[in-house]
Amino acid sequence: MSRLTAMFALLQQKNRAALIPFITAGDPSLTATVPLMHALVESGADAIELGMPFSDPMADGPSIQRASERALGRGVKLRMVLEWVREFRHSNQQTPVILMGYLNPLEAMGMATFAELAAEVGVDGVIVVDLTPEEGREESALLKACGVDPIFLLAPTSGAARVQTVRELGSGFVYYVSLRGITGAAQSDWPEVLKRVGELRQALALPVAIGFGIRDAGTVARVAQGADAVVVGSALVEQLADCRDDQTAVQVAKIFIQGLADAVQKPRSIQ
Amino acid sequence: MDKYELPDAMGHYGPYGGRFVAETLIPALDELNQAYQEAQADPEFRAELHSELRQFVGRPNPLYHAERISRRLGGAQIYLKREDLNHTGAHKINNAVGQALLARRMGKKRIIAETGAGQHGVATATVATRYGMECLVYMGEEDIQRQSSNVFRMRLLGAQVAAVTSGTRTLKDALNEALRDWVTHVDNTFYVIGTVAGPHPYPAMVRDFHRVIGDEARAQCLELTGRLPDVCVACVGGGSNAIGLFYPFINDQSVRLIGVEAGGLGLSTGQHAAPLTSGRPGVLHGNRTYLMEDEDGQILPTHSISAGLDYPGVGPEHAYLKDIGRAEYVVATDQEALQAFHELCRTEGIIPALETAHALAHAFAIAPGMRSDQTIIVNLSGRGDKDIHTVAALEGIHL
Repeated sequence: MSRLTAMFALLQQKNRAALIPFITAGDPSLTATVPLMHALVESGADAIELGMPFSDPMADGPSIQRASERALGRGVKLRMVLEWVREFRHSNQQTPVILMGYLNPLEAMGMATFAELAAEVGVDGVIVVDLTPEEGREESALLKACGVDPIFLLAPTSGAARVQTVRELGSGFVYYVSLRGITGAAQSDWPEVLKRVGELRQALALPVAIGFGIRDAGTVARVAQGADAVVVGSALVEQLADCRDDQTAVQVAKIFIQGLADAVQKPRSIQ
Repeated sequence: MDKYELPDAMGHYGPYGGRFVAETLIPALDELNQAYQEAQADPEFRAELHSELRQFVGRPNPLYHAERISRRLGGAQIYLKREDLNHTGAHKINNAVGQALLARRMGKKRIIAETGAGQHGVATATVATRYGMECLVYMGEEDIQRQSSNVFRMRLLGAQVAAVTSGTRTLKDALNEALRDWVTHVDNTFYVIGTVAGPHPYPAMVRDFHRVIGDEARAQCLELTGRLPDVCVACVGGGSNAIGLFYPFINDQSVRLIGVEAGGLGLSTGQHAAPLTSGRPGVLHGNRTYLMEDEDGQILPTHSISAGLDYPGVGPEHAYLKDIGRAEYVVATDQEALQAFHELCRTEGIIPALETAHALAHAFAIAPGMRSDQTIIVNLSGRGDKDIHTVAALEGIHL
């Protein structure tokens, strides 16, 4: 059983949602990423989403854009990101790690090579923001063949046919973009979002994570009532940006995640 | 070659093009594609577009025989397709009018655009005002500085200009920012992309709105010279003016099609904007095409004296035309473009845009090796008034 499947099965028993923080690999420093990953797990993260920096992150808001720019400025490369996952796996074999990024750097490495390496170092799933299911058939197959879940995004604007395509091609879970915007923006209509998530879970037979627009414990608690996983990115990345050293970053991350972890602990009242 | 009919239904030109965008935009692209197909098939839409191009843009513009420079070069006859005489001074307005009419037809009240040199921004601001729409133009901070007169022009026309401070602060970052805006306001907003790049259907739609350049030039050339041209030359940044000129000639195998990329300080310096000449295929801004990227797939900063060519990608149809050998792509450096700029000013009394000067540079280079009964059409894609500050500064003159 994959780490992601195991995690969702366990949380299903506990009747609660997963908390998945996002950090940009290589930010706020090259040495911070692995300690941060461990710190996130210790303070209550159920899985980790690790951003692979790209020079042109067109679906990301200012916080993650800047984090990517800083990371690239420090010389972060895709191979380094993969090696950090390998390092993390030395002492953590349970927590799922999902990579999130854009297609071009993956193609520069070669999709087949990337899929093999990702599997080898212990990556569980990959989200490629600009790879739509229609364009991503071959890539999904390559990832799946290596035992890595291709995780697709769905949006409030996605119609039934697209949901069906994602059902065919995706695995692990589906990432529901909870608002019509970029990462870090604000969201208001949660009841509508949760209703849609319920429908999607039915249609997809896959867990549904919600991301984009989730910034605080109150929202996490609310979203956790209807989603299988809650992804928090920009708000954490913003806090880490100001940290002057790795130790501070680790402390800041711990406090931040502890503040959210309670919010997913409450068993769900609705299904 | 069989009759050329691309892209396919998914927006592919061979391996290029397609749709590589955030999921949120897919339905908007579907909606746009459908609206565009319907509009294209609607005689009323076509009639209105035709009338706007005639009455507001000033088409058809001349195919001008540049006799003095042709004589001086002592070879092929050079004809200039005078897109610079269009309203707003460049070819960009052809597409802006088309997309704005489409936006109106789709009931969108707000239009956004990205711009590099500012010509597309000015064209979009112009048509937004013409059709009573709100307009926001994204422009890289660096481009805002080097194209200040176009920024002021957009503001005079009532558009808002947003400075983009991320990345390299040029056209590619303005495109990212416009895509982010569109993702956020996809319900009420129409994104007027200014070049033949972006996700399907943009490359095809923008091409179709610009093919009037080549359609006119082809008919004018037949009328003036009694035959087809031997060569068509155009500058290529994203490649909209080039595809506009080339497209109607694609099935005319005798006509050489040459796109001229920005060689910047020279290909060997890496300081250029020539993805077709020195890049490799990748994915950026919604489509697969040739890109300037490093070995890790990160997009490289580009350099060109002309803001309008300063872009690391290129329209996917050019990528395909290069691969199948139907079009050739070469470069002209900053210096070569500047020289051609001055030469046209002094010989023909026409101040070309620095972008256009790249095409001129190549035409001037090949004309002497051709016979005097041969013909080169150069797309004079824009006028150079916007560039006089840049050129003056290079000569140590501050206007």
